[in-house]
Amino acid sequence: MRAAIAGDQDAYRRLLSELSQVLRGVVRRGFAGVGVPRGDVEDVVQDVLLAIHLKRHTWDPSLPLGPWVMAIVRNKMIDDLRRRGRRPEVPVDLNDFEFEGEDQQASIDAHDVGRVLDRLSDKNRDIVRSISIDGQSARDVAMRLGMSEVAVRVALHRSLKSLAETYQEKKA
Amino acid sequence: MKTDDLINALAADAKSVERPIAQTVAIAVGVGALVSTLIFFWSLGLRANFAESAVSSLRFLFKYVLTFSLAIPAYVLVRGLSRPDFQPGNKLWWLALAPALLLSAMGLEMLAVPSDQWHAKMVGYNSLTCLVVIPLLSFAPLAAVLYALRQGAPANPALAGAIGGLLSASIAATLYASHCRDDSPLFLAAWYTIGFVLMTGIGALAGSRILRW
Repeated sequence: MRAAIAGDQDAYRRLLSELSQVLRGVVRRGFAGVGVPRGDVEDVVQDVLLAIHLKRHTWDPSLPLGPWVMAIVRNKMIDDLRRRGRRPEVPVDLNDFEFEGEDQQASIDAHDVGRVLDRLSDKNRDIVRSISIDGQSARDVAMRLGMSEVAVRVALHRSLKSLAETYQEKKA
Repeated sequence: MKTDDLINALAADAKSVERPIAQTVAIAVGVGALVSTLIFFWSLGLRANFAESAVSSLRFLFKYVLTFSLAIPAYVLVRGLSRPDFQPGNKLWWLALAPALLLSAMGLEMLAVPSDQWHAKMVGYNSLTCLVVIPLLSFAPLAAVLYALRQGAPANPALAGAIGGLLSASIAATLYASHCRDDSPLFLAAWYTIGFVLMTGIGALAGSRILRW
C-alpha cells in the first residue's frame, strides 16, 4: 500500500487483487446464514475496493493495513445489511483474513455488474471500459479519443467516484 | 463490471491519491478558526480592559483554560475519528476534563463570593449575546470540520460530527471570551455550556446525515 500511495501502479494492482480474494471470503463468511445471494457478495467486495481506493489517504502508514481494511469492510457490510433491513451487527475480526481458492474467482467472473456503468456519460464509460475491461493504458485511450493523458486520468478518477456514489444510492 | 476489471481501473488511477487526512483536518480547522477570528474582530472585538484582565484576573484566564481544555481533546479526537480504523474508547474521557475543571472552579467561586451574589454572577451582563454569538461564531469552523470529515471515512458519522460541533463551539467560545465582560465560572456554567451542547447536537445531526460514505 505504501508503494501504491507513492503511485506504483503494478504494486497497487497486486495489492488490490490479493485483497479482493481475502475480502470475498470475509464478506461471504460475514453474510453466512443471512441468506445473501452470491452476486450481492461481489457487489459488496467491489464497493469495498472502491472505498479502499477513494479513501486510501485515511490510512495512516505508521499503522498496520489490516485493521484499516477490516474497518472499511465492516462499514460496507453494515450498510448492506441495513439496506436489507437486518440488524446491523457484523462481527468481523482479523482471524477472517484468509484466501479463497481460484475456483471461486471463476464462478464470480461470470457475474457481471455492468449496470453500475450505465450511469456514466458515454465518453466516461468508454474510458472506464477501455482501461478496465480491455486493459488499455491511459495513454492509448488518450491517443484514440484525441484527449490529453491527464484529461483521461481525471475522467477516470471522476468516474470511479461516481461509481462509488452509485453504490451509495443503491443503499438509500 | 467484473471485479478484476474494476481493479484494472483502480490501478490505472493509482496516482490520484489525496492529501493525508490528518493534514486536511488540520488545514480545515485552521481556516475555520481564521474565518471566525476575522468575523469576531470585525463585529465584536476585544473588550476594553482585555490587556489588563489578561495579566490580573484569574477568572478571566480561566475562561481560556476551559475552552482550551475542550478544544485540544476535541481536535485530537476529530482527527482520529476521520479514519475508519480509529477506536475512540477511553479517549472520550479526555472530554471529561473540561466539566471537571468547570465544577472545581464553580466550587471555588462559591467559596470566594457570598451566596447572595451567586445569582447576579450567574446572570451576568451579557447572557443573551453569549447565547447568540457562540453558535454564530461556530458555523465557519463547523462547516470546515464537516468538509474535512467528508474527505475522511469516519466509522461513526454521528460521533465524528458531534465532536466536530464541540470543537467548533470551543473555538467560538475562545473568541467570545475575549469580548464578554462576564468572567465568573457561574456564568460560564449557565451560558457557555448551552452553546457547547447546542453545537455538539447540531454536529451530531449533520454528521449522521452527511458523513456516510
